[in-house]
Amino acid sequence: MKLLAPLAALCLLATASVSHAADPNLGRNLAATCANCHGTNGNAVKGSGMDPLAGMEKAKMLQKLADFKSGDKPASIMHQISKGYTDGQLDLIATYYAAQK
Amino acid sequence: MMLMKRRDFLKVGAMASLYGCAGGGGARGHVVVVGGGYGGATVAKYLRMWSEGGVQVTLIERNPTFVSCPISNLVIGGTKTMEDITVSYDNLKSKWGVRVVQDDVVGVDSAKRTVKLAKGGEMSYDRLVLSPGVDFMFGEIPGLNNAAAQDKILHAWKAGAQTVALRKQLEAMKDGGTYAIAIPKAPYRCPPGPYERACLVANYFKKAKPKSKVIILDANEDVQSKKPLFTKAWADLYKGIIEYRNNSEVKDVEVATNTAVLEFDKFKADVLNVIPPHRAGDIAAKSGIKLVNNRWVDINWLSMESTSTPGIHVIGDAIFPAPTMPKSGHMANQHGKLAAAAILNLLAGQEPNPEPVVMNTCYSFVDEKNVIHVASVHQYDAATKVVQPVKGAGGVSAARNELEGKVAMGWAKNIWADMLA
Repeated sequence: MKLLAPLAALCLLATASVSHAADPNLGRNLAATCANCHGTNGNAVKGSGMDPLAGMEKAKMLQKLADFKSGDKPASIMHQISKGYTDGQLDLIATYYAAQK
Repeated sequence: MMLMKRRDFLKVGAMASLYGCAGGGGARGHVVVVGGGYGGATVAKYLRMWSEGGVQVTLIERNPTFVSCPISNLVIGGTKTMEDITVSYDNLKSKWGVRVVQDDVVGVDSAKRTVKLAKGGEMSYDRLVLSPGVDFMFGEIPGLNNAAAQDKILHAWKAGAQTVALRKQLEAMKDGGTYAIAIPKAPYRCPPGPYERACLVANYFKKAKPKSKVIILDANEDVQSKKPLFTKAWADLYKGIIEYRNNSEVKDVEVATNTAVLEFDKFKADVLNVIPPHRAGDIAAKSGIKLVNNRWVDINWLSMESTSTPGIHVIGDAIFPAPTMPKSGHMANQHGKLAAAAILNLLAGQEPNPEPVVMNTCYSFVDEKNVIHVASVHQYDAATKVVQPVKGAGGVSAARNELEGKVAMGWAKNIWADMLA
């Protein structure tokens, strides 16, 4: 059973991370609010016309989001949605997606 | 992400006990999800994905496949088919290891933490998620309170057999006939949905039955969503076809003559489509959890857990909504993720995330190509203990447009995959 090793590793990780974060999954949870349109973990359905976010470089995503917020980048809907998140939340979202495959 | 075959399901449970830890931060246990719509399918998949298989999930759903309410108005308008809005539960089983049981839950014992199944037997849970959608208050419209009447005067407000039946009634209607859609007082499922349906039926009439009319009988004082965009579409595209009547609550129906009875007036239609007032799906009341106004479930916004009954989480259209929050499939999906994250924390002995965020987007077709949207973002507010709409965020389309017609179908493909693929 190949699951044994990763699970054991996760046990250690879980134990280690509990002490120094209120909720270590905040970025994951925030990023999941984007997945309705951009796909689970940022893997948009191919051919759906939606931008995949998985693996996008963090700085690039933050710049795009800043441009949506300021109105510099024209959008049908993202200018309205991006304004609903704080810059700190957008940073967590961009960090999460940059780490996805 | 770990994928698991069903035969590995029990092994992982045993293994988790052996190591004193499951994936996803130590959460383990058995979660039963009732209802496999936008909320229930999402919470089932995300519990499995985020716990990396550590939490066992059983999804109990009465239908063999998922049929989407969003996009179903295009089936009624004749430009999409039932196949286009139907998705299998197979990936939830084979890819995510969710145990999908086709059955109905007929009772909940919150003290024993068991649910009772229609086909017999009980199932125990550590946490229960109810995603029951809505049921109709047929008693509010006495003439509609029997099965024969409900077969003739349709709601088509749950996608499935009624979607097909309403389309057939429209196809059978003679040119020069009248289709009337009756909207209940808010809150109801999908605020813009009835106005979208009026547009798409009018779009069909314009092409196939140009002498026909669409009458909107709205129990509310005014259009409930995207008003300037809908009224512009009615004036630009459907002048002389769509007629809007506000403060027109249907109090009763005369089934033999397809007549809607209003307070001071009667209205006879060739196709009468009455959406009755609704409330949380019946299992919510049967489970004994606290309802607001005897209709909607009162929940804690940090966990989607019932305020009255520990261990029962409720998501989707069945809840008493936060300010300006619509009852929508998109929002139910967001509730599902909020609940999944909270349940995994609770099963691991941790507090739920203290700052949840949910958001909504909703696309409405005004013809088969042109679409208008409304969007909002809602952040948890510790002072009111409710998710509140973020001021300055969200909004509607500048004008109807074809680009968003493509985006709307992209939305559908992605949200169906986010729930079920």
